[in-house]
Parts: sequence; C-alpha cells; structure tokens
Amino acid sequence: MSAKLKKTLSSIPLHITVIGIAFLWTLPSVGLLISSFRPKNDVFATGWWTVFQHPFDFTQYQLDNYIRVLTTEGMGRAFLNSLSITIPSTVIPIAVAAFAAYAFAWMDFPGRQVLFVIVVGLLVVPLQMTLIPLLRVYNKLGLAGTFLGIWLAHTGYGLPFAVYLLRNFIGGLPRDLFESAYLDGASHLTAFFRLALPLSVPAIASLAIFQFLWVWNDLLVALIYLGGTQEVAPLTLKLSAMVQSLGQDWHLLTAAAFISMALPLVVFLSLQRYFVQGILAGSVKG
Amino acid sequence: MQSLPASLGQILNTLLAILLGVGGIVLLYIILDSLIGFLPDRVQQRIRPWVYVGPLLIILAFYLVYPTLNTIYLSFLDKRSENFVGLKNYIFAFTNPAMHVAFRNNVLWLVLQTTFSVGLGLVIAVLANRVRYETVVKSLVFLPLAISFVGASVIWRFVYAYKPGDVPQIGLLNAVLVNILGLEPIGWLVEKAVNNFALIAVGVWLQTGFCMVVLSAAIKGIPVEIIEAARIDGANEWQIFWRVTVPMISSTIAVVATTVIINALKAFDIVFVMTNGNRGTEVLANRMYKEMFSFRNAGRASAIAVILLLAIIPIMMVNIRRFQEQEAMR
Repeated sequence: MSAKLKKTLSSIPLHITVIGIAFLWTLPSVGLLISSFRPKNDVFATGWWTVFQHPFDFTQYQLDNYIRVLTTEGMGRAFLNSLSITIPSTVIPIAVAAFAAYAFAWMDFPGRQVLFVIVVGLLVVPLQMTLIPLLRVYNKLGLAGTFLGIWLAHTGYGLPFAVYLLRNFIGGLPRDLFESAYLDGASHLTAFFRLALPLSVPAIASLAIFQFLWVWNDLLVALIYLGGTQEVAPLTLKLSAMVQSLGQDWHLLTAAAFISMALPLVVFLSLQRYFVQGILAGSVKG
Repeated sequence: MQSLPASLGQILNTLLAILLGVGGIVLLYIILDSLIGFLPDRVQQRIRPWVYVGPLLIILAFYLVYPTLNTIYLSFLDKRSENFVGLKNYIFAFTNPAMHVAFRNNVLWLVLQTTFSVGLGLVIAVLANRVRYETVVKSLVFLPLAISFVGASVIWRFVYAYKPGDVPQIGLLNAVLVNILGLEPIGWLVEKAVNNFALIAVGVWLQTGFCMVVLSAAIKGIPVEIIEAARIDGANEWQIFWRVTVPMISSTIAVVATTVIINALKAFDIVFVMTNGNRGTEVLANRMYKEMFSFRNAGRASAIAVILLLAIIPIMMVNIRRFQEQEAMR
C-alpha cells in the first residue's frame, strides 16, 4: 500500500467524527426550518424527515404558516418592535461608552482611575440584582412598557463591558497622534470624532454586533420592563407567550421561531469575522 | 388581518423611534460640549471631562449602583418591603424544599453544562483544526450562538416532542427511540429522571460554539515548532493533546469555563420557556422571577438575587483578572 493511501485511510475516522458532529449539531435547526414550511396536517401526521423521501416534490412545502404567524398572530408587529428596541439599545450604550472611554483615556480629571475601576467592577452585578428596585421606579415614572425605558435599561446593563472594551482600545491608540492634533488646535470634540472614533471602528463593530445580538435575543429584560404590554412586545416575548398558548401547534411555532432567528442569522453569516472578534473580546461579559 | 395603512404606520413609528433614540444621544453630547464653550477657558477645561463621563456615571448610578444597594436592603424586609425581618428571607432560601431543588439544579447546570460545553468545544476545536473544511464545520457548530434562548427552546421542544401509544412520533429523539431502537417513547420534559438533563443539553448545544471559537483561536496561537518538536521526540497525537495543547491553553480554558459557569448560575430563559420550573426543573433565576411576580414577595426575591450575586462575584473576579493578563500579553 502506498504511504499516501495509508494516510488517507487512517484519517477516515477523523472525517467521520468531524462531519458527524457538524451534522448532529445542525439537525435540530434543519427540523425546525423544514417543519415551518409544511402544511399543518403533515406536521402532525409524520416526522419532518419524511420530506426527504421526495425532497424535490415542492407541493409538500407552502408559506401559509408564515403568513398566518406574521399577520393574525402578530409576529410582524413584534418584528418591528424588536427593531425599535434593538437598534437604539445598541447605539446608545456604544455612544455613551465611547465618549466616556475617550475621557478615561485622553482627558485629565480627578478620580479618573478610581472611577474606571468602579465601572469595570460593576461587571459582576447580575441583572437580577436590579430588577425589583428599577421596576418600582419605572412604575412610578411611567417608564414601564415604553421603548425609552427599555433602551435605557439595556444601556445601563451593557455599559460596564462597553466602557471596559473601548477604554482599552482607545487608550491603546498612538499618543503622538492625539498630541499633535491638540497642538494643531483641535478640540476634544474634534479629536473624538475625527481620530478616536474612526480608528476604533474594529472594536466598535465587534461591540455593536455583540450588543445587538444580546438585546435582540434577550427575554428577561423585556419580560420585566415591558411585561404584558402587547403593543411594544419584541419577538422573544411574543414567541415565549406563543409557546404557552399554542403549545403543540408546531406548524406555527416553528415558523414563528424562524422569524425570530432570521435577522441574527443574517448578521451572523455576513459579519462572522467581526462576530468572532466580538466573542473573543466579549468573554468577560456576565 | 392587518390593513396595509396600519402596517405602514407601524413601520413609520419604528423608523421614528430609531431616529429619536439614535439621534438624541449623539446630539446630547454635541449640545453639552458647545454649551460649555461659552464659559471661560480654564473653567471649560475643568468641566469638559465631566460632560464626557457624566452621562455614563449617571446611568450607572441609576441602573446598577442604586438598585444593587436597594436589593440588598430589601432582602432584609418582608414581602411588601414594610417591616424589617432580619435573616428570615435567607433562612427561607436555604431551608425551603423547593429552594433545595433549585440549588441542586443550578449545581447540575453548573457542572454538566460547563463540563460538556468546554469539553466538546475543545474536542471539536482540535479535530476541526486538522481538516480542510474547518470553517464550515466551525460555522455550523457556532451557528446556535446567534439564536435566542427562546428560539432554541422551541427548536428543542420539537426535538423532544412526545406522542403516546402507536401514533407516529414527530419528535426526532422519540422517533429514533421507537423506529430505530425499538424502545418506548419518553416524555423528555416530563419524566423527572431525564428532564433536567434534557434542558441542560439545550444549554450545551448553545454554548459549545462559543467555547470552540475561543479555544480554537488559542490552539492556533500555539507555535508550530513546539508541536513539531514533540512529534520528533516521538509523542503520539494523544500525548500531544494532553501534554502540549491543553497545558498551553489552560488560561483560555479557565476564561471560557468561568464564562459558562456564570451563565449556568444565571440560567433562566430555557427553563422559563420549556418547563417553567415544573416537575423538578426549578433553577434560582426562575424561582426569583416567580417570587417577584407570582408570589409578590419582594423580600424573598431580593434574597435570591443577593445569593446569585455572592456566587458570581468570586468567579467574575477570576475572569476579569485572567482576561487582563491575556490583554497584557497581546
């Protein structure tokens, strides 16, 4: 036997294991996706894998589940609500963190080190510690059940990590750059917008994807501060309510679940590189 | 069915909300910065840093510092936060049988989710490193990370679906049991012997990708010469894994493990959506939610939150310190 053939043969178990793992890992999601396109009666009568008996028989797929879920079940509205919640909840903490990170890195003021340590120290606080007092204040101020209320809550929860990451990045930019800008008469606002911000794009992109997914996929914060207010409920809240009310209506639940995952999956597939960087940097977020 | 104008109105509202939220915050800083521009230079220099960090400090004080202190205080008061009750809520938390179940399950989550996510993540990272289609495999294992816990709960409730009797099984797992192995179907989320493991499996499915990506980056950082040297010295792949790879990435393994441990301590969504803590699947975070909303007992809910905080602090400290060491090495 040639050495090359031997090498190929000995690596077969490796390939089987690796492909097997990838296959097993993907199977549950594939089942969901296929079921969401099958008619109600088919979903109840047979397993989703039976479509592979005639995979190209397109009469066994249809869009009715999606149409029903998006309109009568209110997932269309929930999708818009998720956008209204997630985009500002991503931009606001990053903006607040970027200005503060700039100040911590390039401005001189009393207590700057101590304050930064305190901000990072707040990473240890699980958000469960904040729910009861904040909900009471929210009810008094009328912020419960509003977009503004949930934007600010996500901002508060996301800030310690955002400041931590951006301070390290902005502080690591070359000192000469800033000093020569100040000598040329640039104000702090100019240095922030023209230097710090453009140079921090990689860090900001990672952070943005990370925060976006965190907010889009969040259930607890929405559950507490938006509660039963249907008009502002995001996808996760709506989907978890559907699990309670529709229980076994798999044709609808699978379609609804896929709608809730579509955007994060697009973000994931198109920005995977930044996503991975964000994950690598994000491993300390609690 | 919604009418078209109503949907258009909603879309306009969405755009407006996004514009207000996003534009408002940037404008705030620009306006504040130009307002202090009218002050004398020396005063400006003193005040400007506080314009930049001020909003951060105000938000953190309101959203994290004040509520944390307040929750600690509330944990010593009764259910309506009216009378001081001493340690009564904590005694409840450590003696109540339902709480014992929650503690036991959190320990299960902690041990099993961490072991399997980190272990599988490490194995997949090492194996995938040796095939040409690595990126595809890693993407597929990593994909669940983009999915919400709620979405994953629906996916897995469907995998676990149970039909009694001779009706064809539509859940993948029971179909395998009945059709391939010839066994009886199992109510995965109902049977007390298996339901906790069924829930933890969902957590493992979600978190393994995270572990794999971080560990894979660390493995690629090991200098090739070291591996080659071990190979020349006659080490087999197994020895290289245990004696070279694992020791060299041990600090990364620790960071990943602590992250998964913290997630296990805070486990909530999966339990809330899939079983709501019924039939022996309760965990601390779900119990806290129930005390807060179902039983309206602010004292007990606060005590559970404080217990979570105390469990997380030491782990988080280790995590931040390790992370800083890594950053310093870069």
